[in-house]
Order: sequence, then structure tokens, then C-alpha cells
Amino acid sequence: MFAYILRSLLQGAVVLIAVAFIAFSMFRFVGDPVANMVGQEASMADREELTKHLGLDQPFPIQFLRFLGKAAQGDFGISYRQGRPVAAVMAERLPATVELAVLSAIFATVVGVALGVYAAIRRHGLVANAVMTLSLVGVSLPTFLIGIGLIYVFAVELRWLPSFGRGETVRLGGWTTGLLTKSGLQSLILPVLTLGFFQLTLIMRLVRSEMLEVMRSDFIRFARARGIPNRVIEFRHALRNTMIPVVTIAGLQLGSVIAFAIVTETVFQWPGLGALFVNAVQFADVPVMAAYLVFVAFVFVVVNLATDLAYLALDPRLRAAPTAAR
Amino acid sequence: MDQHAPAPTRTEAALAGTPPDRLPGALARAWDSDFLWSFRHSPVAIVSSLVAVAMILAAVLAPWISPQNPFDPAQLDLMDGLTPPMTPNEISQRIFILGTDPQGRDMYSAILYGSRVSLLVGFASVIFSMAIGITLGLAAGYLGGRTEALIMRIADIQLSFPAILVALLVFGIFRGVVPPAQQEQATLWVLIVAIGLSNWAQYARTVRATTMVEKSKVYVDAARLIGLKSFVIMVKHVLPNVTGPVLVIATINLALAIIEEATLSFLGVGMPPTQPSLGTLIRIGQQFLFSGELWILASPALALILLALSINLLGDWLRDVLNPRLR
Amino acid sequence: MTQPVLSVRDLRVEFVTRRGVLKAIDGVSFDIAPGEVLGVVGESGAGKSVTGSAVIGLIDPPGRIAGGEVWLSEQRIDNLSPEEMRRIRGKRIGMIFQDPLTSLNPLYRVGEQLVETIQTHTDLSAAAARRRAIELLTEVGIPAPERRIDGYPHEFSGGMRQRVVIALALCAEPELIIADEPTTALDVSVQAQIISLLQRLGREHGTAIMLVTHDMGVIAETADRVAVMYAGRIAEIGPVQDVVQNPLHPYARGLMGAIPTLAQDASRLVQIPGSMPRLSAIPPGCPFNPRCPHAWDRCRIDRPEPIQHGAHKVACHLYDLNDPTAEAHKVLTHPPAEEGVPA
Repeated sequence: MFAYILRSLLQGAVVLIAVAFIAFSMFRFVGDPVANMVGQEASMADREELTKHLGLDQPFPIQFLRFLGKAAQGDFGISYRQGRPVAAVMAERLPATVELAVLSAIFATVVGVALGVYAAIRRHGLVANAVMTLSLVGVSLPTFLIGIGLIYVFAVELRWLPSFGRGETVRLGGWTTGLLTKSGLQSLILPVLTLGFFQLTLIMRLVRSEMLEVMRSDFIRFARARGIPNRVIEFRHALRNTMIPVVTIAGLQLGSVIAFAIVTETVFQWPGLGALFVNAVQFADVPVMAAYLVFVAFVFVVVNLATDLAYLALDPRLRAAPTAAR
Repeated sequence: MDQHAPAPTRTEAALAGTPPDRLPGALARAWDSDFLWSFRHSPVAIVSSLVAVAMILAAVLAPWISPQNPFDPAQLDLMDGLTPPMTPNEISQRIFILGTDPQGRDMYSAILYGSRVSLLVGFASVIFSMAIGITLGLAAGYLGGRTEALIMRIADIQLSFPAILVALLVFGIFRGVVPPAQQEQATLWVLIVAIGLSNWAQYARTVRATTMVEKSKVYVDAARLIGLKSFVIMVKHVLPNVTGPVLVIATINLALAIIEEATLSFLGVGMPPTQPSLGTLIRIGQQFLFSGELWILASPALALILLALSINLLGDWLRDVLNPRLR
Repeated sequence: MTQPVLSVRDLRVEFVTRRGVLKAIDGVSFDIAPGEVLGVVGESGAGKSVTGSAVIGLIDPPGRIAGGEVWLSEQRIDNLSPEEMRRIRGKRIGMIFQDPLTSLNPLYRVGEQLVETIQTHTDLSAAAARRRAIELLTEVGIPAPERRIDGYPHEFSGGMRQRVVIALALCAEPELIIADEPTTALDVSVQAQIISLLQRLGREHGTAIMLVTHDMGVIAETADRVAVMYAGRIAEIGPVQDVVQNPLHPYARGLMGAIPTLAQDASRLVQIPGSMPRLSAIPPGCPFNPRCPHAWDRCRIDRPEPIQHGAHKVACHLYDLNDPTAEAHKVLTHPPAEEGVPA
């Protein structure tokens, strides 16, 4: 068990270092970092000084190590476009993205699992089939069109909900939250639906197909042969076995919600990290791009670790010491 | 409904579920094969393949079938601007099926040309990722060891990041490396590479799995013994075995690639307004969401949905029929 | 004769596929008396397992019971509602499947699964159900049951797991146990232990056992009577010693000839040419006729019904006393074809 956790930690570290390397290479080789920082008119002396300051005259591996060390402290340099430290720019926008992503993930998981179980149990039912067909339509709908559609219906036609921004926010220490005001909560509804929808359909289809697979397995047949009532078979025996593969894949999916927020944030002009990243891509603001990439990888690794731990809680076969088997 | 029936009697036979007896042997077998049988009995597959084929044909034939070239300023008349669909323009009395934009551009023509760009990027990027994926999958499965570990690790990491993020990064690097003057004309190729690079991993996984199975079979050793290049022999055995899964992945990927391109263009990092794809058209049309000229937004949006949905449904059906073990 | 525990009359099971209706079971009748072990033997696809599933009401679509009756003691059970049938499963009929590795839910402790089953069928409290579960584990020969009851299935070996499965089937002291290939997935050394456990339990509790297997050796050791199935029908049924030593049906003869014994003359070790027809291509008349060395015209047209012959019942025209030509065909007129008999 300890080895299992250690292995996931190690894997996470490897992923982080690999992504940091890509981020560093981007920073180092895409465009000229010195020219980007000092502008065209700078003198040679200025340029050399900055080159030294950034450590760009050092050998490549040393530069990478310096990058890693600074990244660990949250120092990703200065945004080319805004001229401010990347860390400060990102910290400002972090709360908006986190609130959006976490709420979307909860929405997608809760509704997705519930609908998936329903569709599996009522496999031949009318409602279940309708839900399945709709979900396929949902997968084919680009996220930005869902957002635009929701804006059209709820903001333009019905005028119930705002079409952009976070509404009123409240400062709690370094964190700005939209969860404490009416307009903040209203502003969250459409973006959360938009961002959660794709994950929802995915989780739902996954839960359904895994559950149908489990329902075909021998131990379910044996449980039926023992006369266990259907409800118990479905919710006790099948559901827990279904959740094991679902947790893995859904975990991966939820880890990428932050990155999926890129599109949603653009549609709703949500002042989060995703919108910042799209701007950075448009203007080749490499330090911001690099920092965002490392951030997404970090979230991914943390979520992955949580997934592995959830796995451990669900499956006794993993908890056992290897020698106890057999 | 049944497009594949050559004659009414055969349609009847097909509907009755028995193979038509006048067909020659091989054809009759193909006709009665599980594949075609399920096609003939799946209205979803028939309708979606019809829609997909019609839209692809319309896109390919756009220069010949569209009422105007929407990007030739000489053919546009500002007087026709903002004409609603199917309503005669107040001044010129001309009728446009899907209306016009403020420049008097016929939306129907714009969509035909737009889906041309979308499909070009879609198909090209699918071929690109297929080529990378199959090559790396073969290499991983055949060479094994460190090469395999490295390739599959990269594939794992790649698969866990959303394709759109990978594509955006590739695009951002392109913005940083290529001088602004050349960016516009290179965009199409960059999109193909960016989308292609973000989707190869699934092919690689499937091909690697099949390769490993084939590698362990006796004929590979036998081929080596008689001096044949075992790699060549193996490739010949692996490729037919992966056709099914690769076809399924490619179909679903085509829909994804089209959506991905539209998303990038919508975000403003894809096709420029001078050479718009469906995504660019939607980005432009979004400005009219609040002002009431909804058709400028709705028609490219519907075209995109229809295209992606029909290909997706087709892919879903293929997956059910071929039922490959996708990894 | 005492009232049979299980009485199956002219059972028919069909599977509806797009190629047509397949008759998996076509007119099967047999009885099992209390405490009796009935072996059901045949090649894969002969309909052994489907018969077991039909009795316990676990035929899933596209399969369906198309005709016949199943009686459990005094009660007809083939036409019960799903809920009524569920109450019978596990309480009055227990079932054991082939693979103990996959029969248990890997995520729940063995005790949880036992207590669940016991509480489904009895009014016992949780504590009493747990005591009963420990008793059951003791009875099926699991050492240190007080400790093992809290183990997960993966902590048991294959043979031990099959013992747990048997304990689960015994939870409510059923009148009948259907054991579907209970030893096939086990090591040879463990097979004998499981078989003798089943035998002992059957004797001690008076439980009737329907033992489905393709292993004639297991049947010969365990069963009181044996039914030989071929292409969804019973070819021959009778006391196990009689059928093994003096099989009547040409298929049964071939099958018995296929078990090597030390005392036997090696020349009797014959193979049956050809293979069992697929369900979609069962020939008219006797399903065995294309492979039968005795077959004559009648066998290709007229379906043989079971005929009482001594202690056996055999579905073969050779034993039809009303057919004056039958006796002549008992002599082999043509040697069995070596190969390539169309199935």
C-alpha cells in the first residue's frame, strides 16, 4: 500500500518535471526573451545585463535547474504583455477559475453518475434512451456553442441571468469569491452548466457502460442465483464495482476541467486563468503560457493522486499487502 | 430509405431479412455480412451517413454550387447587407436562403466555403495524427524496452491533457516563432499540425497493443529464420488487424478535430476572417447575438453541429458494430 | 417412489436471434429425488447449463422458456413472477457456478456476502446471521472461520473460494442445488475435495443435487443417475452404473468409450466422428443421425422419443420394440466414417 502511494507520488513528480521542461524550453527558445523584455531601443549593455540577470549566459542544464527552483517558489518571471510578475497576474485570476472549475466538477459528477446509473438500470426505458441520445448530441456540441446557446436563451431572451463576468465579488483575505453575493451566484450558473456539460455526458456514458459491463459479470449472476433483490444487486454490488473504473477516468477528466475552462471563460468573459491563457497565446506571452502549463500539470498531478487514494479506499485488493493474496 | 438496394425486389428481400437470391455469391455474402446488415437496419447510421456525405460533397463542390464567392469583394453588394433568411431584400429584392451578413455576404455560400476549410483541417489533421500514431505505435510495440516506455509515457501524459490545451500551446509557440507577416497564410498548416499533434496517442495505444500480440506469434520468428525482414512481415500482419479500431478512432477523431478547429477559430487563434472556417464564422456571428440578426450566428452554428453530430453518430455506430477493444 | 424434489417436463428453451429461433433445449424431461445426485453430461453446447439456468429462472433475453413445466416439490415454478422466483432462488434452490474466482463480489468481505444472503431469506438478526455464516464456513471446511469470515475473496485460494461459494448456496438449506461445472476451473487435486464435499452435504442434508459437467469421470464417481444430453435433448438417462457400463444410445456409447480406464480393452477407446451440430443446424429426425453408425432412413425423418428400456430411458429407434426393423440395425452395417461427416 505504501509502495502504491509512493509510486503515484513518483509518477506525479516525473510528469511535473517533464511539463516544466517543456515550459522552460518554450520560455528559452520561443522568441528572444531578452528582446521581449527590454524592447527594441535598449542598448547592448542593457541587454547584456538582463541576459546575465536572467542567467541566460549559463549552461542549459543550470538554466533549467534555476527555472525549476524559481518555479517551485512560484516565480515565473515577468509577463511580456502586462509587464508585471506572472505570479501576481495569475494569483489575481485564480479564484475565478477555481470556483468555476470546482462547481462544474461537482455538478458533472453528481448529475453524471446519477443519470448513468439510471440509464443502466432502465436500459430499455424510454427516458433512459432519450437521455443517451441527448448525451451523444451533447458530445457533438462544441462547448462554446453550448455557452452561446445558454446565453441566448437565459440572458438575451429570458433575461434571467447575466451573460458575462463574475457579478459582485467579496474579498476574503487574498481570495475574491462570487459565492457570497446574489449576482455572483447568478453569474456562476451559466458558466458552470457550460463547463460541466461535456464532463457530465462523458461521466454518464462511462457509468452506464461500466455498469452494464459489471451487470454481466459472474458475481452479479451468482448474486441473482442467491435470490438477492434487484435493488440490492444494482446499488450495492454493481454500483461499487462500477465506480472503480469510473473513478480513474472521471478523475482524469475532472483534472482537466481547469484547462477546459479556457473556452468557457472566453465565451462568458470570465476573468479567470483560461481567458488569460488565450490572451497569452494570441500575443505569444511566453512566460504566462509557461506558468499556466505548469499550473495545469500541477492540478492534474494533485487530482491524480487523489484519484489513486480514492481507488485505495474502494478496492480492497489494492489495500492488501501483496503477500496476503492467495 | 434503403439506398443500397439496387431493385425493389431486393429491397423487399432485404426488409424481410433474407439475402436477395439473385445476387452473385460474393456480393450476396457482403450484402448479408453483419456489417452491412446492421447498416441496413440502423436508421441512425443511414441518415447520419447521408447527412455527412451530403455536407462533405457540398463543401468539396462549393466553388461550383454556391451562389457567390463570399470572399470576392466584387461579388458583394452592401445593399444586400443584413437580409434575413428567405425574405426579399428591401432594396434589391434578392432572396438569400440563409440571409446575409452586414457586408451583403450570402451566409449559405459562406457556410459552404467555411465547411470546406473546416473539413480540410479536419481530414488533414486526422491523417496527420493517424500517421504519427500508427508509426509510434508500431515502433513501441516492435522495439519494446525503453523506446516503448518513453512513447507510451508521452502518450499517457498527452491523453490526460485536453487536446485543446495542446493545440493552443502549439499555436502559441507558432505565434512566438513565426514573424507576424507570414502568420496569416501559415495558419491553416499550423492548425493541422496543432490538432494532429494533440490526437495521436489513441492510435498509438491501439496499434501498439495489436503489434505486441502479433510479435509474439510464431510467424515472426519463422520469417526471421528464413531471412525475411520480420518488421516488414509484421507490419503487413498488424495493419489489417488494426483497420477496424483505427477506422473507429479516426471517425470519432474527425468529429473531434472539426470541433477542435472550430473552437480554436472561435477563440481567435485559428482561421482569420479572410479565410474563415465555420468556427470563425461563429466568432463573427456572435457579435449579432444581442442585436437580433441571429441568422448570422445560427446558420454556421447549425452547420457545425450537423457536421459534427452526423460524423459522431456514424463513429458511434461503427464502434458498436466493429466493437473493437479500444484502449 | 417418493415425491421428486425437481420434476422437469418437456422443457423447451429458445434463443431468438436475427438468424432465427434457436432451440437450445428441446423437450427435456427428468426428475430428481430427495438426496439424489443427478449428473447431467454432454459436450459444450448440448444444453446442460441452459437446463440449469432454466430451472432456477435465470434465462436472460434473448433466451426464453418456450414450453414445458418445472415443478419444485409440489409447486410449479416456471410460470412464477420474477419476484416470486427470486424468493425461491437461494432459499429453495441453490446454485454453484463454474468459476469461484469470479463468482464472489471482490469488493465485499466473504462474511458480508454470507450475511446478506442469510438475511435475505431468513428473519435472523445481524449477529445471528453472522453466527450462522461462521457455522456454514465450518461446515464447508474452511479453517479458522471466525477469522476468515472477515477476509476478502482475493485472500482465499481457488478451492477455498469454491467452498465459500458452496456455503453461499447452502445459506437457506435449499432442497435442490444446481452445480454448474463446479470443479472445471479448479486444480485437479482440489476437484476431488470439492466433489466429496458436495456429496457429503447432499447426503447429510438430504439435498438433491443437479451436477452439470462435461467430465464423465466426475459423474461416474459422484452421481446416482446420469442424463446424457445431445443437441438440446436427453439422449439417455438412467442409473449411473448402468449407463456407464452398458450405455444404450450410440452417442452415449461413444461418450463412454471416450473414458479410458485401466481395465478396458484399448480397442474400445473410440472417437465419435464429426462434431455436435450447431443449434442453427440441427438435422431433422434424430439430431445424432449424421454421426451415428447405426442410422437408417427412419432416423433422418422421425424424431425418437425416450423409450423405457430396463432402468434406462433412451431416445433411439434401435430400442423401439414396435419397429420390426430396429433389431437388424443394431449390427453395424457400415463402419463409422473416419472424418468429414457434415455437421
